[in-house]
Amino acid sequence: MSDSTAIRHGAPEAHEIDHGHEHPPYQRHHFESVEQQADATNFAMWLFLLTEIMFFGGLFTAYLIYRNWYYPAFVAASHQLNIVWGTANTGVLITSSFTMAMGVYFSETRRKGWLVFCLVLTFLLGLVFLGIKTIEYSEKIEKHHVPGLHYSLNSFLNPDSDEAAKAAGDKPLPLDMARHTELYFFLYFAMTGMHAVHMIIGIAILGFMIFRAQAGAYTAGHVTFVENFGLYWHFVDIVWIFLFPLLYLISRHAN
Amino acid sequence: MSEHTETQHGAAHGEHEHHVTPPIVYIVIFGILLVLTGVTVGASYVEMGVFNPIVALLIGVVKATLVILFFMGVKYSTRLTKLTVGAGLFTFLVLIGMTLSDYISRAWGRW
Repeated sequence: MSDSTAIRHGAPEAHEIDHGHEHPPYQRHHFESVEQQADATNFAMWLFLLTEIMFFGGLFTAYLIYRNWYYPAFVAASHQLNIVWGTANTGVLITSSFTMAMGVYFSETRRKGWLVFCLVLTFLLGLVFLGIKTIEYSEKIEKHHVPGLHYSLNSFLNPDSDEAAKAAGDKPLPLDMARHTELYFFLYFAMTGMHAVHMIIGIAILGFMIFRAQAGAYTAGHVTFVENFGLYWHFVDIVWIFLFPLLYLISRHAN
Repeated sequence: MSEHTETQHGAAHGEHEHHVTPPIVYIVIFGILLVLTGVTVGASYVEMGVFNPIVALLIGVVKATLVILFFMGVKYSTRLTKLTVGAGLFTFLVLIGMTLSDYISRAWGRW
């Protein structure tokens, strides 16, 4: 980013001419070496990711407890999710993680064209993921499965009237249990929604990075930004790796 | 193999050398992740009773571990990073464990 300019404010001329030691322009002065700077940045990025783990961890814990309390409601509600879209999206996200990892590799080996190619692919796969999520969300909106005033219990009280519930062989739930399906969808939207927010932030940063990569910013030895963004992108992938089985795959077998 | 030469190289310099993971590692891990995604979908259709969610979570843990070790490069990173990741996951499990022990020891599911 602005690494190279940040250390120069004040007297740029003096900095370049009257400088006691040799180091690349992206090394900040409070670090002894580029390696130390890279290690410190990597450490800081991981600390940030740990706060993210704790953040999503709270949602996962809530899911764990409610799922065990209201298991029949969670099974029936989970049958409303489309397993084909869910699996496809998992594949899309894993592929985008792969292209991102390759992007880091091409940044390290200083191949600008390939780096830009990988970043564009990652960007597009991120958009595909969000596109599929939009299709899934609109299905939920149509069926009134969004928690709130217009929430409908119809799919759970009369499963025969609902295609997805009928296909899964759901039996009608008692009213008090059927009501708890709203809790499942609340967690579904909270968890996939927060995940999608992370994707949107990631895609925005990717868009910025594509322009910077074209200008050659990441293929001149300074790979920290690409590397740390890669960590963020893979973290978002890991969250989905757990969301997918927990939300989509509850009791898919005949029961 | 390349990991070995890299370490020797780094040792010669007396500093932690930046490790470049070869693409073949990424390709293999990518393949394994796709296969495991298929396995977890398939396993969810097999009747295993209480073991269904356990198997699903185990596969998830394996996938996440592969991503952390190779895609995120923790396997090749400094001890400080390894310790940070380990300590973070440990703290996370402690927090979940303590929360659950509280819920389990009260009127389970009755409010």
